[in-house]
Amino acid sequence: MSLEKLLVVSAALFCCGLYAILTRRNAVAVLMGVELVLNAANINFVAFSHYVSRVIGGQIFAIFVIVLAAAEAAVALAIFLRLYATTGTVEVDTADHLKG
Amino acid sequence: MTGPADLIFYLLAAMTVGAAILVAILPNIVYSAVALLFSFAGVAGLYVYLSADFLAATQVLIYVGGILILILFAVFLSSRISDVRLSNPSRFHWQAAILCLGLFGILSYTAVSTVFPVKTGLTYQPTTAEIGELLMTRYLLPFEVASVLLLATLIGAALLSRPDGGRKRPGDMEEPKQ
Repeated sequence: MSLEKLLVVSAALFCCGLYAILTRRNAVAVLMGVELVLNAANINFVAFSHYVSRVIGGQIFAIFVIVLAAAEAAVALAIFLRLYATTGTVEVDTADHLKG
Repeated sequence: MTGPADLIFYLLAAMTVGAAILVAILPNIVYSAVALLFSFAGVAGLYVYLSADFLAATQVLIYVGGILILILFAVFLSSRISDVRLSNPSRFHWQAAILCLGLFGILSYTAVSTVFPVKTGLTYQPTTAEIGELLMTRYLLPFEVASVLLLATLIGAALLSRPDGGRKRPGDMEEPKQ
């Protein structure tokens, strides 16, 4: 176990999240991809904080990222419910009312 | 060198990445949500390996216990349960797969070929007391900003999810007259 292996795991998580964001049409699945990307970033923060800097600031960054992810998930759920009530579906392609 | 610690690390990494791949490719969105649970739990295990015990507990409490439940609520409230099998269409498979595999190759190559100034003599100590102290001293301003953000989220989510979009209804409480 070393820093490089953790970075590779984190890169794999990031790419899975990116794949989900790019290919999914259901907005909830896109949100799952975003959460995977945030987890990948968190692993990098904590890994560098443990192996390179040896101060605990990276873990504090990770805590704030978790707080932001929780807030984002709550607001996203509220928006999805409004979208479902308005259009009857949560596919991201149907939410194009602002298109000129 | 391979010991039980390395073996457990590889198992955790395989669980995390395997579950993440399942999240990305499974056709049924409920299965995706369950795979996301295993991915989050694996990340919590990796935090334990990085001497971040408080963060591992936070990950389990907030991600597995909170965010995943929110996502499941979103799934169940926003798609008809009967056609859940059809609820997760996708597109751009080949282009996205090529892009993501290429990006993974570049990132992994960079991570493996770069020489990081890794410190030796790693120690494993409890971190909770130090995190609490730093949050109340050096990181007090971000901490307070985060609390304001959570309050705004609470109000905004409650307002957004009301059935009439936040307009006033006859039964609502009146604001006190000045």
